[in-house]
Amino acid sequence: MMPLWWPLVLACLLFSLGVYGVLARRNAVQVLMAIELMLNAVNLNLVAFDAYLRDVVHSGQVLTLFVIVIAAAEIGLGLAIVLLVFRTHAGIDIDEMTELADRDDVEAVKEAGARV
Amino acid sequence: MSATFWVQLLFMLFGLIALGSGLLVVTTNNLVHSALWLVVTLGALAGCYLLLAAEFVAWVQVLIYLGAVVVLLLFALMLTRAPTGKQPDLTTSNRWVAAGVGTLTAVVLVSSVVSGFRDVRIDLNDPLVGTAAVTGDLIFRRWVLPFEALSVLLLAALVGAIALSRGTHAPADDAADRLDETTG
Repeated sequence: MMPLWWPLVLACLLFSLGVYGVLARRNAVQVLMAIELMLNAVNLNLVAFDAYLRDVVHSGQVLTLFVIVIAAAEIGLGLAIVLLVFRTHAGIDIDEMTELADRDDVEAVKEAGARV
Repeated sequence: MSATFWVQLLFMLFGLIALGSGLLVVTTNNLVHSALWLVVTLGALAGCYLLLAAEFVAWVQVLIYLGAVVVLLLFALMLTRAPTGKQPDLTTSNRWVAAGVGTLTAVVLVSSVVSGFRDVRIDLNDPLVGTAAVTGDLIFRRWVLPFEALSVLLLAALVGAIALSRGTHAPADDAADRLDETTG
């Protein structure tokens, strides 16, 4: 026997750490790490409720597996975007990414740089 | 009785490890250390899954998260030429606002969860263990349609990642190249 609120409180605290990381970090890769923390907090919730409800079809555990798959897809796409931003902006500091539009001509890119 | 005690003790231990290393993930001044602390957090969470009778989920966590995702993150850090030493400016200047929002989230979530589930207990004495056999059986019988939809989503994400990272024909890339040439 274990109190249900132990894993739930652990998940809540991990989620809050993820919220803090997303808001406070400047490096885009670290923001992605904080998002991973938040996703894992949700997974812990799902597994805890699966164990509590004694689900014969294991909805919680299967949904956790699906969330892990979606997290893998998200991290792959996110890192591809981060690398693209690094190539075009020479840096992945998200505080400085004020110009993310896809422009064709050089003048517009230069103007945007001058405005910033 | 003693088995319950050990399960509770181990869960407490894994939880504290996950929380401490999670705090280090979002506060440390070293980019690579932050990724490595994430390994500790995710590993401790895998231990929590094991204790909550989710055996297959725990090993998938070890394989996918510790094996693949963290390696991808480390690769991204290397490819973006992240400095390996300490950096003082990894957090923004409004980190106190962020800490306030995080604390507020924690207070709201923890208070609502504790008030809602204070007296509820998980019965782990005779659990329905999610072994690989049980979970695989369920995925390919009961949950086969979302499973197949997810495999298509994963394929789409992979194709998208490849299309993004090739990037040779993207107009923005060309513009940036031309800008490089004009500015020297």
